[in-house]
This record gives sequence, structure tokens and C-alpha cells, in this order.
Amino acid sequence: MAGRVLTCQIDGQDVSGLEESTILEVAREHHIRIPTLCHVPGLPEAGACRVCLVEVEGAARLLPACVTRIAEGMKVKTESERLLKYRRMTVEMLFAERNHICSVCVSNGHCDLQWLAQTLGVDHIRFPYRYPALPVDSSHARFVADHNRCVLCLRCVRVCGEIEGAHTWDVMGRGADCLVITDLAQPWGESASCTSCGKCVQVCPTGALSEKGKSAGEMAKQRRFLPYLTLMRGGNHV
Amino acid sequence: MSEPVTKAKLATVWLDGCSGCHMSFLDMDERLLEVAARAELVYSPLVDRKDFPEIVDITLVEGAVSSEEDLRKIRHIREHTRVLVSLGDCAVAGNVPTMRNPFGVEPVLSRAYDENVTAPAPRPRGVIPVLLQAARPVHAVVPVDVYIPGCPPSAETIHYAVSELLAGRKPELRKLTRFGA
Repeated sequence: MAGRVLTCQIDGQDVSGLEESTILEVAREHHIRIPTLCHVPGLPEAGACRVCLVEVEGAARLLPACVTRIAEGMKVKTESERLLKYRRMTVEMLFAERNHICSVCVSNGHCDLQWLAQTLGVDHIRFPYRYPALPVDSSHARFVADHNRCVLCLRCVRVCGEIEGAHTWDVMGRGADCLVITDLAQPWGESASCTSCGKCVQVCPTGALSEKGKSAGEMAKQRRFLPYLTLMRGGNHV
Repeated sequence: MSEPVTKAKLATVWLDGCSGCHMSFLDMDERLLEVAARAELVYSPLVDRKDFPEIVDITLVEGAVSSEEDLRKIRHIREHTRVLVSLGDCAVAGNVPTMRNPFGVEPVLSRAYDENVTAPAPRPRGVIPVLLQAARPVHAVVPVDVYIPGCPPSAETIHYAVSELLAGRKPELRKLTRFGA
């Protein structure tokens, strides 16, 4: 059942998309770049990271492009000094919040957070680092969860629940105490629901979830399977 | 043959880092001659001068601020430097030296002096600088003018940055380097 086609403007360019589309989907269809972090093609959106914030004419606050649907006549701005300021701030806070040591990380050179910092021109973190003491769970036979490197994008939670259907991953705690957990905050290796499929590891944007035995910079992730799997399950996530 | 009128005064400093950034600096190889034609290296682990000069035009800082000695040094250097440059991830972001921060000083010393020794080792007193409660990036303790991320930044990156700074311009480093590069 095809929906209505709506027309709107992104960065002064006239664009159109189906009425169910998000600003991000329409922008990408028209090769307009909006930086993202928690978004990953093939997964339902979470709106968790706020990196894709855009300006919508008439809206008092900035809106996340990944979960905001287009509307007829909507005027969207994806680039401005104000947006760059907030995107940088968001990324800097992610770095300050946990212990991201790029040089010794398994994902060095393959990391979405690192790449985002570089493209946004974040060359230092203006906020005080928190240096929290966080656990590393290496109880699983094949994978490691290092909470020092987690950005709480919830990709692992979504891929496990929505694609694998196991729902091993979930979220516990609020604010600074927020952690992704396996089962009821039990060691990953003892999880009764985990199928060891490894999809969570592949979609993780940083080195938070990795395969055992990888050294610094060796953990390149494979994500091309996702849109295919989603399509096979009857979904239409871009 | 006459010398150029005035050369810029260049310094490099080594705080809590592995010296990899200084190795990368030396990796400029023959380009060092080009830098030397435009700047005089007035203070550095690479030259034999003990006291920091009255005024330095450009100081490259390698390493995080981890001890009381580092803190004293960097404050003094900031006061006597026109353009202070954080060189490499330890200076820019704390990097490996900050990995001890979540644990606190005592467990770290205990690991080194009690747990991992075959014979009892006395704790250092007086000679070795006292560790700060947390290692910090340079800009957390003094204002920094230019940031060069990388572990270490490549010789090309350092050469470009130093050349731009000597020409009085702020280097645009986004495409050349990043955290962990």
C-alpha cells in the first residue's frame, strides 16, 4: 500500500518522500548528509544519540532527523553554526562520559564515534572527563563487553530484540548509572537467552562489544547483512 | 652568507607520555633542516638546556599532566610560551596515562610496589614526583592554543602543523589526524 507523497525542503532543495518517511530517510535518498550515531541501516530507530538534530522552521527546538517524519511544506536545515555547536557538544560529552582510549582500543580506526569526532572537527574535549569505574564482562566464550567504550546507542538492544529475536540485551539504571545488560544483569557468558549470533558485536559503533582475541585496531565490524535480514523479515528500514 | 634576521623560538616538552610523539617529531628527517632554518630549538629533551627560556614562541607538549612535577612545569611553561600546542593524544585527551584514573592512586602504587614484585619494594619518597589524584589532558590545567591529536601524530602532520605555526597561521588538521591516529 503506497502512501501519499509529500514535498518539503531540505537545505533549500525541493525534495519529496512518502508520508511515513523520516527527515533522515528523505535526506539520504537525496544525498544530503546528516551525521548519525545510533542510526544503523536495517534497525528500527531509537533517537538515542541526538547527533542527527536538525532545524525545522517553526519548531522551537531542534529535532532528531531519524525519528521526525516529514510533513507537507516542511522546511529543514541540516547544517548551521548552531547545529554544529550542538553536534560537537554531544560528541564531546560522549567522550567525557566514559573512558575512551582510542590508541589501545580494538576498534581504533573502525569506530563510528572516532570518525564522528574527526568529521565534526572535535580535536579536544572541553568538558571534564568523568573517569567512571566501569566493568568489563569477558565471561562469554567468544565476545567481550567493555562498558568503558559504550555510548548507549542501543544498537545491540535493538538488533538482539528486533532482528535476532532473543532480547538478551536490555538497559539498566538511569542517567550516569545507565548500562546495557545481558538478561537480568547477569554475566554474558551465563546468559540463557543469548544465541551467540554476534549481531550485537557487529552493529556496535565502538569497541564496547568486540570479538575475543582482537588486538588494538583489529575489530572491523561487518554490517552489510542487516538490511538484507530486515528485508527478509518483511521490514522496510532503510 | 648571513643568518636569517630572527628565528622563532621553538620548544618541546615531555610530560607523561611514551616519547612516541618526540620520535615522530624526529621522523620529520630531512625536513628538520627546513624547520631548523626557520626556528631555533631552545628547550627540549633533544637539546641540553635545563631551564625553560624567558619567552618561547611555540611550545609542543607531549604527555598528560600526571604528577605534581608535570603540573609545576606546565604552569611555568604556559606563562613563558606564546603558542602552546598539545601534541598527541596524551596531551590532547589524556590517553593511556589516564587509564589509572578510575582506580585512584593508592591501588595503582600498590599494584607496582606490592603486588607485582618478587621482593618488597619501598615506596618512593621525595625523589620521584608525587602522582596527582588523576592524570589530565594539558588543557584541563592550562589554556592550550592548538591541538594535534594522534598516537602519535605522523611526522607529516607535525611538519605541516609546525610549518603553519611558524608562518603565523593556525593549522587545519581535521583531514590529517584524529584521536588514536
